[in-house]
Amino acid sequence: MGEYVIEAHGLTKYFGSEKVVDTLELAVPRGTVYGFLGRNGAGKTTTIRMLLGLLHATRGHCALLGCDSEELTPPIKARIGYLAEGHHLISWMNIGKHAEFLRSYYKAWDQTWFNDTIERFGLDPKKKITSLLLIMDDPTLGLDPVVRYDVLESIVTMIQKESCTVFFSSHNLADVERVADRIGIIEAGVLRSDCPLTTFKDSVRRVRCLFRNGQRPELALPGLLRVSWLQNEACVTLARFEEHRLDELKALGADEVEILDASLEELFIDYTTPLSGRK
Amino acid sequence: MRFNINPSSAEPIYAQITRQAREAVARGTLRAGDQLPTVRELALELVINPNTIAAAYREMERIGLVHTRRGRGTFVAEIQSPASPGERRHHLQKHVDALLTEATLLGLSEEETLDAVRTVAGKYLLRETKKNG
Repeated sequence: MGEYVIEAHGLTKYFGSEKVVDTLELAVPRGTVYGFLGRNGAGKTTTIRMLLGLLHATRGHCALLGCDSEELTPPIKARIGYLAEGHHLISWMNIGKHAEFLRSYYKAWDQTWFNDTIERFGLDPKKKITSLLLIMDDPTLGLDPVVRYDVLESIVTMIQKESCTVFFSSHNLADVERVADRIGIIEAGVLRSDCPLTTFKDSVRRVRCLFRNGQRPELALPGLLRVSWLQNEACVTLARFEEHRLDELKALGADEVEILDASLEELFIDYTTPLSGRK
Repeated sequence: MRFNINPSSAEPIYAQITRQAREAVARGTLRAGDQLPTVRELALELVINPNTIAAAYREMERIGLVHTRRGRGTFVAEIQSPASPGERRHHLQKHVDALLTEATLLGLSEEETLDAVRTVAGKYLLRETKKNG
């Protein structure tokens, strides 16, 4: 097995004439918690299903744990946990924990029947289904805050204790900010960003610019993601940010420039909303 | 000490941890020589990626708040202050300005403002005044 637990090269998927995933490149190192982000319909689930070999790629290929996704053998599959969207099967919990978890969903949960059943099948409630790679499609969707927190806790526990790799999609960016150390952002089938979370937050920046004379110059800068004006202040979001880009803003007449801290959620919105689509 | 992390905040998580550790050192909740939890322990406690915790510890080490002894753990360092009084004053100035801005806009008098500072100063490990200097 190579250095990367998940790999994709030129991965492309068409549904009819519609390109849903577009020449996607992915290389996820072992031990990573990877947050796979994108708006609805961006191609997250399609990508995940191709990674797992549940869907044929139109072009390109992908591999999990060094094994081609379309030829995953049972021993390899046994080391991969998959949580499909909307299926609250928490595969890293042991059977007892899992029961505890499911019980809260059902008013009519019958513990005696459950105990009998696991006894009949010879299941050990302490037994854990250990996996090297866990792929989850929106695992916290629809969970109450307490259970959601449990899921996050399990992710942190797991990567420390079992040096697992976790790949998950989510719309809850505060969760992603908590547990992920690498993120990918997919938009219209294209993976636009794939880097450590800290790199993303350093390279996409909101800058407050004050123009004392009240004029609003055209801020056509390379990598411009968003401009919003309030009186004589502009909040400018730039991709590929570096310190010296503040000088570009000053050159356009800004009297004061200040880098603002922004949450991942705020940056994600700036990053994925086209300029023209804004008021 | 207890950290209180808000992952939705604009302040990065590693910065929240560093700031709260500085506050704890200033108030004496953390004393020189105290051992911080390991990265692993704190990651589990706060439900935060261990790399983020490690980044916070590196930052604390960089600013001289803690020191790490290999294989032993991370320990709170003695409070280090810049050598020259001028430098100390310079670092403090913008915080003084922020305080005075608030006080002015709240309509406080100078005496009331200084009084408010004196009232809480006892909670902090401010250095004792040296005679003749």
